[in-house]
Amino acid sequence: MYDGGKIITGIIIGLALLTFPIWYNLGAAPKPPDIKLPVKEKQCVQPKAYMRTKHMQVLDLWRDSVVRVAQRSYVAFNGVKYDMSLQNTCMSADCHAKKTEFCDQCHNYTGVVPYCWDCHIEPKEKPKEKPKEKH
Amino acid sequence: MNVIVSLILSGGAISILVAIPFLAVWALPYVFGIHLEWLFGIVIPYLAVIIFFVGIVYRVVKWAKCPVPFRIPSTCGQQYTLPWIKRNYAEKLDNPFTKAGVVGRMILEVLCFRSLFRNTKLNFGDGLHVRYASSKWLWLAAMGFHYCFLIVLIRHLRFFTEPMPFFVSIIEKVDGFFQFFLPVAYQSGLLLGAALTFLLLRRLLIPQVRYVSLPADYFPLFLILTIAGTGILMRYVFKADVVSIKELTMGLVTFSPKIPEGISVLFYIHLFLVSVLFAYFPFSKLVHMSGVFLSPTRNLSNNNRAVRHINPWNPKVKLHTYEEYEDDFREKMIEAGLPVEKKVAPTEQKE
Repeated sequence: MYDGGKIITGIIIGLALLTFPIWYNLGAAPKPPDIKLPVKEKQCVQPKAYMRTKHMQVLDLWRDSVVRVAQRSYVAFNGVKYDMSLQNTCMSADCHAKKTEFCDQCHNYTGVVPYCWDCHIEPKEKPKEKPKEKH
Repeated sequence: MNVIVSLILSGGAISILVAIPFLAVWALPYVFGIHLEWLFGIVIPYLAVIIFFVGIVYRVVKWAKCPVPFRIPSTCGQQYTLPWIKRNYAEKLDNPFTKAGVVGRMILEVLCFRSLFRNTKLNFGDGLHVRYASSKWLWLAAMGFHYCFLIVLIRHLRFFTEPMPFFVSIIEKVDGFFQFFLPVAYQSGLLLGAALTFLLLRRLLIPQVRYVSLPADYFPLFLILTIAGTGILMRYVFKADVVSIKELTMGLVTFSPKIPEGISVLFYIHLFLVSVLFAYFPFSKLVHMSGVFLSPTRNLSNNNRAVRHINPWNPKVKLHTYEEYEDDFREKMIEAGLPVEKKVAPTEQKE
């Protein structure tokens, strides 16, 4: 091999860069998100599988409907009527009351920063509850 | 090879590669009750990454074993000669004499694709005056494609790191700067598709380029287009279950693989095509990623007239110098009246 020193240095730098995810995560076994589902209310406005992947589109639809058309009534998949409101429906006391125990769990895990909170004020959580940031 | 044959071969290969994970993950459970998610989610990605790394190192070491005894840079400017012959910066970069010149040339080549930037096009004009005009479209599309692909790759670190490193969130913010569509549309995805489409159309529409294009040129374009397409579909249209996917990818990078529930077949197609790309990489033209650093027409300084470069495969020649010759025959040479360098023979000196 000619210029062995340079070649091996280059290979090591290349491998170090390309294997970044492996050594960045070393020793830290990541925990999947731990979502606290509401105790009282059992049914969301759409089935679970739908909400898991498309909740942002539902909220986007609600936002446009309320802000642009002033239409606040949403008929769910099972015919139940809901008031289109992030804070009063989704995050009401009976449902996903705590942002840290519901929204943030998955959003933090997947590195998603939704811009809901550019406009909305997140519901106040009881001060005695410590925010669960340990992973 | 005929363009139709090339397109059929490379397009057919892509169709088969899409069909394999689709049939295996989507149809097999219905028909036979066999679940092969572990094969496409764990075994094949690991194999592909191993082939990628071993293949790249093998290729680089193989290149490094080839001696380059003479400096063969392609030069595009006045070479270093006498101190009073002036050389400007472009000439110092395009005809480098020093190490700094070579480093500068390589940086511009790797980061800015300078040799593509210098691309010219023969322009016949009115038929009376032939001239070469600068042609930057290929350079622009190449820059667009490579940098968008890099940004897409870095953005994917959000599936492979926990917590996400700071630069990933910065890139995501910049990439989604215009905040349109939901989830926020990334410009890099759109530009990547546009650049790839340009590179493909260039091969198909320019007769000279079409003539020299082979399935090995179309296949990577189709492969990357399909990968980008499935990724865009997953993000914007069919909505993949991101949390489950991250559980799978984190399992892969922390070597504790598992297959979570609820991952769509589209993801397995995407992952399989990426695995194919990784495994195909070292054995195709894509290996220019590491090859660009080892191209002797770029990474050597043009100092053939100043430094002696010895060919490493020269055979060992047994030398007999004139001094030794004279030592052997000095007395006879003096007797015969031939001129000698040293008048007195060393043997007589000793006595």
